[in-house]
Amino acid sequence: MKKLTTLVLSIIALAAFTFSAHARDQIRIVGSSTVYPFASYVAEEFGATGKFKTPIIESTGSGGGHKLFAAGSDLNTPDITNSSRRMKGSEFELNMKTGNKEITEVIIGYDGIAIAFNKSNPDLALTKKDLAMAVAEEVPVNGKLVANPYKYWDEVNSSLPHKKIVIYGPPTSSGTRDAFEEMVMEEVTHKMDEYGKKAYKKIRQDGAYIPAGENDNLIVQKLAKDKDAIGIFGYSFLEENGDRIKGASVDGFAPTPANISSGKYPISRSLYFYVKLGHIGMVPGMQEYVDQFLSEKMIGDKGLLKKIGLIPLPKADRDAMRARWAKHQNLTLKDLK
Amino acid sequence: MDKEKRRQQRINRRYRGETIFRACSMMAIVVAAAFLIFFLVDIIRTGYTAFQQTEINVDVVYNQDTVDFPQTAVPDELSDLVSRGFLRLIPNQVEADPELMGTTQNMWILAEAEVDQYIKGKPNKLDEEEIAVVEKLRAEGKIKKFFNKGFFTNGDSKLPEMAGLKSAVIGTLYVLMLTMMFSIPVGVMTAIYLEEFASDNWLTRIIEVNINNLAAIPSIIFGLLGLAIFINIFGVPRSSALAGGLTLSLMTLPVIIISTRASLRSVPDTIRQGAQGVGASPWQVVWHHILPLSLPGIMTGSIIGLAHAMGETAPLLIVGMLAYIPSAPTSITEAATVLPAQIYTWSSDSLRAYTERTALGIIVLLSILLMLNAVAVVLRNKYERKW
Repeated sequence: MKKLTTLVLSIIALAAFTFSAHARDQIRIVGSSTVYPFASYVAEEFGATGKFKTPIIESTGSGGGHKLFAAGSDLNTPDITNSSRRMKGSEFELNMKTGNKEITEVIIGYDGIAIAFNKSNPDLALTKKDLAMAVAEEVPVNGKLVANPYKYWDEVNSSLPHKKIVIYGPPTSSGTRDAFEEMVMEEVTHKMDEYGKKAYKKIRQDGAYIPAGENDNLIVQKLAKDKDAIGIFGYSFLEENGDRIKGASVDGFAPTPANISSGKYPISRSLYFYVKLGHIGMVPGMQEYVDQFLSEKMIGDKGLLKKIGLIPLPKADRDAMRARWAKHQNLTLKDLK
Repeated sequence: MDKEKRRQQRINRRYRGETIFRACSMMAIVVAAAFLIFFLVDIIRTGYTAFQQTEINVDVVYNQDTVDFPQTAVPDELSDLVSRGFLRLIPNQVEADPELMGTTQNMWILAEAEVDQYIKGKPNKLDEEEIAVVEKLRAEGKIKKFFNKGFFTNGDSKLPEMAGLKSAVIGTLYVLMLTMMFSIPVGVMTAIYLEEFASDNWLTRIIEVNINNLAAIPSIIFGLLGLAIFINIFGVPRSSALAGGLTLSLMTLPVIIISTRASLRSVPDTIRQGAQGVGASPWQVVWHHILPLSLPGIMTGSIIGLAHAMGETAPLLIVGMLAYIPSAPTSITEAATVLPAQIYTWSSDSLRAYTERTALGIIVLLSILLMLNAVAVVLRNKYERKW
């Protein structure tokens, strides 16, 4: 009996804490862990210098962010979601269903995916095909798909050094992994007859590719110790650790800000955020936050975000983004196709 | 005689076996201790430098130009070497104290993180020109390391030189208080009922098995449960200390119930029978005798449960506490972050200057845990009774 009373009492106590959707005085942002450092940098400046409260930024991953964003249109849902990939059609439709009819998409810059290794090694020039063949679970040998037999880089391509293939890369849960699979593996395999002209993205599990956790700093530390290993991670970590690692060129282009920004370096992706237009006016500061994010001071060629590893968009694209934001252009399903 | 010899051999063999077994156990301890020492030495070696932070002595000019363009407030060659965290606040400073306008103040202000890294002999991205300026300042005694007060009085920041633990520590206090408020009363009452009042039938046995099971469930599951119940059904604000505290109390409940039951059980039956013999009601038996006698055990169990909850990040990630929240919460419904979440976000930042801060954060977290556990040990030693 006593336990029952306790239970009832505690449920009542909890119910007393029930909160309805009420006005908020703080912007709420969720989404990609790649965009997180840039968004929180802007949020800090925004909070420190302006009259608004510092926005709360959760690092949930791109997929998790879109899910929370699309959960509804009321004020219990986030106002902005950061994403290291474009919104999917299915996510857009979910937004339409839950009442978020007006969304503006903004691109803030690029992130390159670096293929890096210990600085004591000579420079390395790879192609996307070399990379795909080194990490794929099955590769074509004499016209047939077989389990990946390559143990050394020179078996993949005779012009590469005779070194064991050891690759530390992101785990399956990571957006960087998705981007790598899409831009390297699928890109290479869908042109090859052996894969039936279909995109193939299975990564080998025989120990040559080592999923190294979400924390890119761990991969950098591994590379600093293991001279033969190669790592796959975001460009900002390469830039910050230039004293101990360096990046391989891919398809002839080194991972430099200029090459990534111009699209010559082939493994790079755009960074986005999506704004719930319905919340503007209900949550103070949203217009001003995005204005500040898109200012030259932040995302420009000499902007503050460049210092922490963002690759700026070309000038014309930045202006286009500002124009798009100025008129609160609605995202449509057609845009995403 | 032959028999005697064989007996001696058997004994020797047994002694040999014992020596080997003992050596193996010793080895196990040595290995465990080696790991622990390696970890501690590594953390302390990386982290101790963060106790100090570099500051630069400069003349800061306050006038209309510097309010409009704060980076002009300091000499040109220094504008990239002092922290933005100071410069960007110049307009606010003037607004707060209009008398500053038109004056020049000589003061020590925080250096940029790269300068700090350089002064500490760590990897940095200063170019040769900047190094020359820093070396000149150093020769003039205008650049110095001071005790890093900011680490304990600031909240999180994206400028490493400004980043501190304060909001995470306060958030942790809020969360732990709430966890304690919810899980200790419910846990202790449940244990008392199950141990002292409930009859031993299939229902109580099922409850018991389930509680033991809950204690072994991965903590992230409790996060999902907290999200479903507290945030989605009761509408507790996401990322708030309340959401975190309630979720963690779900997680600590089984631990508290189990340890409370164990300490209730250790009170001998003669006490119960004695009390009943002089006419005490069942409630009086528990309230006057059993509970006070088992209190040290209950407290020890609760403290260990709380210490466990304090180091937890996985369930808090699900309820939205792994976030950039630079200001400390002032109420339980405000967004808050906690120590382990703060350490995690620093550790995954690309900037090298966060490395030493991550390590110092770990040192702080470990010291608090050590303190909590020490309190538990002291309580146990002081009040524990042998029957």
